[in-house]
Amino acid sequence: LAAHLSLSLAECPGTGSAQAGRAAACQGCPNQGLCAAGAAGPDPAEAAELRARLRAVRHTVLVLSGKGGVGKSTFSALLAHGLAADETKQVALLDIDICGPSIPKMMGLEGEQVHQSGSGWSPVYVEENLGVMSVGFLLSSPDDAVIWRGPKKNGLIKQFLRDVDWGEVDYLIVDTPPGTSDEHLSIVQYLSATHIDGAVIVTTPQEVSLQDVRKEINFCRKVKLPIIGVVENMSGFVCPKCKNESQIFPPTTGGAEKMCQNLSVSLLGKVPLDPQIGKSCDRGQSFLAEAPESPATLSYRNIIQRIQEYCEQHHFQEEKIM
Amino acid sequence: SLAERANLAGVRHIVLVLSGKGGVGKSTLSTQLALALRSAGNRVGILDVDLCGPSIPRMLRAQDSAVHQCDSGWVPVGVGQDSAIALMSIGFLLERPDDAVVWRGPKKNALIKQFVTDVAWGDLDFLIVDTPPGTSDEHISTVEALRPHRLLGAVLVTTPQ
Repeated sequence: LAAHLSLSLAECPGTGSAQAGRAAACQGCPNQGLCAAGAAGPDPAEAAELRARLRAVRHTVLVLSGKGGVGKSTFSALLAHGLAADETKQVALLDIDICGPSIPKMMGLEGEQVHQSGSGWSPVYVEENLGVMSVGFLLSSPDDAVIWRGPKKNGLIKQFLRDVDWGEVDYLIVDTPPGTSDEHLSIVQYLSATHIDGAVIVTTPQEVSLQDVRKEINFCRKVKLPIIGVVENMSGFVCPKCKNESQIFPPTTGGAEKMCQNLSVSLLGKVPLDPQIGKSCDRGQSFLAEAPESPATLSYRNIIQRIQEYCEQHHFQEEKIM
Repeated sequence: SLAERANLAGVRHIVLVLSGKGGVGKSTLSTQLALALRSAGNRVGILDVDLCGPSIPRMLRAQDSAVHQCDSGWVPVGVGQDSAIALMSIGFLLERPDDAVVWRGPKKNALIKQFVTDVAWGDLDFLIVDTPPGTSDEHISTVEALRPHRLLGAVLVTTPQ
């Protein structure tokens, strides 16, 4: 007889949480025994350490998608450059894509290594006011594969937050890998030691991307992460010769615009395809600086401004409450 | 165990479709490869081990299908023009298509093992395994679970940049 199979999607509470092995979601998980027998919960000393380290961070923005290859890292890099254009602001870019760290190459920092000082790991600085951290800097060769299961990835992410001496930071931008798994759960849990202003979710116009992005939006809601808004990349292409516009990735179901309407989230902007974007990323240069006249640059700058305004407003409201 | 072998025992060739990078067209290629092999008269199955972002059901217009059980395990969903391509994906197990599967490694690993050992694939010439981006839990678990079987090899997908 046919039986309809469906899954309990209740969330893993985290192997380090007080609920580890005991939550409803733990029933049937192969790790349940280990978790239940393990430590009583998150180490309060560790939580205090994280809080202390992140105390001097004013704003934190997570860059997420559900989908790979939509331009999260590209956007994170440009957001960092855009914010750091104001020399009075200190910007930090943290790349927690452990398997596929793109940020070192995009920021022109391939081959750089992390140095330790008395106060912790030093970020690698692109500008005086723009520091970067990525697993890419810890590899002996850029082609080394990091073939780690979840717990080891979580450990490194915790180290990035606990051991890196970021100093005083106005904006911490966190670039993430695609998905809704260990890295995403961990970063949200560890950053609860500070506050996260919100998430910027990146997509491309086609339904195959949107269906993963809707899941990401639901993930944000599940973990109570505010959504600053959605960015639609690769949104149309204008031929530099004939100026004709083509939809390379047709929005067969209405694109990000329709999705945002349906899910009541803000559409921060649409960025057209520009081959110079990929080139700049490959060369480790800021696209905004290399192609200041591109329609894509204009879109990115508008989006960055909206994110800045969101963060400043949020901060103002918090201060009012306090 | 014999039971573990049984569900893949009739599969002649297993092909993994990998990248490291997301969004390069792994699922697109897996789908088109399956359709082309089927057109050429082969018996084909697709195993979608992308648990967070399962794309294959939509690509084969099967997003509303459900998985059923039989004596030898889970019955893969018949997709494609003649419903003759056997597909298993977490997409079929979600109550709502927008539900996020927010699982850590151990739970993902358990489901992947079930996809390999509990699905009644029957006799297939090709089983194509579509993977998510990265080199982590899903990839390690899939390769480990498939090791006792005839793993033909991997096709790696990229884009030019």
